[in-house]
Amino acid sequence: MTKVAMSVNGRAVSGEVEGRTLLVQFLREGLGLTGTHVGCDTAQCGACVVHVDGKALKACNVFALDFEGAEVTTIEGMAAPDGTLSPIQQAFQDHHGLQCGFCTPGMVMSAAALLAENPKPTEAEVREYLEGNLCRCTGYHNIVKAILAASGQEMAVAAE
Amino acid sequence: MYAFDFVRPSSVADAVAALGQEDAQALGGGQTLIPALKQRLASPSTLVSLAGIAEIRGVCLDDDGRVCIGGGTPHAVVAAEAAKHYPALAAMANRIGDPAVRNRGTIGGSLANNDPSACYPAAVLASNATILTNAREIAADDYFQGMFTTALDEGEIITEVRFPVPQAANYQKFVQPASRFALTGVFVARFADGVRVAVTGAAEDGVFRWAEAEAALSDSFAAEAVKGLEVAADGMISDLHGTPEYRANLVRVLTARAVAAAG
Repeated sequence: MTKVAMSVNGRAVSGEVEGRTLLVQFLREGLGLTGTHVGCDTAQCGACVVHVDGKALKACNVFALDFEGAEVTTIEGMAAPDGTLSPIQQAFQDHHGLQCGFCTPGMVMSAAALLAENPKPTEAEVREYLEGNLCRCTGYHNIVKAILAASGQEMAVAAE
Repeated sequence: MYAFDFVRPSSVADAVAALGQEDAQALGGGQTLIPALKQRLASPSTLVSLAGIAEIRGVCLDDDGRVCIGGGTPHAVVAAEAAKHYPALAAMANRIGDPAVRNRGTIGGSLANNDPSACYPAAVLASNATILTNAREIAADDYFQGMFTTALDEGEIITEVRFPVPQAANYQKFVQPASRFALTGVFVARFADGVRVAVTGAAEDGVFRWAEAEAALSDSFAAEAVKGLEVAADGMISDLHGTPEYRANLVRVLTARAVAAAG
């Protein structure tokens, strides 16, 4: 076991991990931050997306020991400390951007990464950016609508 | 996943030393290797992460105008930073996998793995790029040696890839939508001394140059120049996504599209 220390949601954390411990295992099992989900465990579904030093990564497909000293943000870091939802989370609620909710943490984190890079994306850009996030309830239309709304754009979305 | 020791050197020299241990394996971005480890298709005793080596990250231009990309540079960085120097290369990098994968997967990892359906091998071969390692320089024509096989020796690390910039170039990728790899992909690059055409995703032996198209396009750089050419289905990949004949046809269609798009 090796010690790893990083910042998660602005808090300094550390723990003992194996070489093979995935970042998502460290977050969920080591820190108890179970908002980051493991869907496919093969880096396809995107339920495990977190931000590392501002970039979206699939936490099931990276090792915890590669992130010594990194700044990690998970879905738990998105809302304000008093529980006020972030604008993206609020938009997902307002536009019913989820059905079962399992993919939602990854969707929200990918959406936040997109809007940080591209604050006013087109509908096509939103859909393209979500290529690595699968929703098995097929709720994409409302997810796209929510992300466009969170970007401050009123936009008709195809195929209501 | 079997257990292994994980080391994270901060220099190429330390990484090379660590890779000298028995059953040690280099880890680039891990976007292919980590799924393989989970399936127990690989079982290194030591995994040597290259992610902490600053000297092999980044994009720059050398004195000859070549685009030089550090072996540990993620696809997203290539997409952003190579765009003004070599737009076709940047556009290719920007369509690998998905955004989260592009933030982690590296050019060196992709080339060392040499997946027969990966995009980078086509760009490297069509561009006549040079692969630099900790030990030597390898020309693209000598580097790719068949499916998942390269000229790299055990423990050798790709430190940089140097791309001559063509006068015109384009990459056409026919996406296999579940994996987002190329069902077939064609990279066309037109240089002053001729045209190079590299095909990925199609052949069982991995990336290859399509010599007939190169000759035809060097005479006339127009989509029509390849319309009459035949591509043999022998040696093409056969799987549930496409027959050898289907892929052979895609090679010609995508080459024509790439030429038309390159202009």
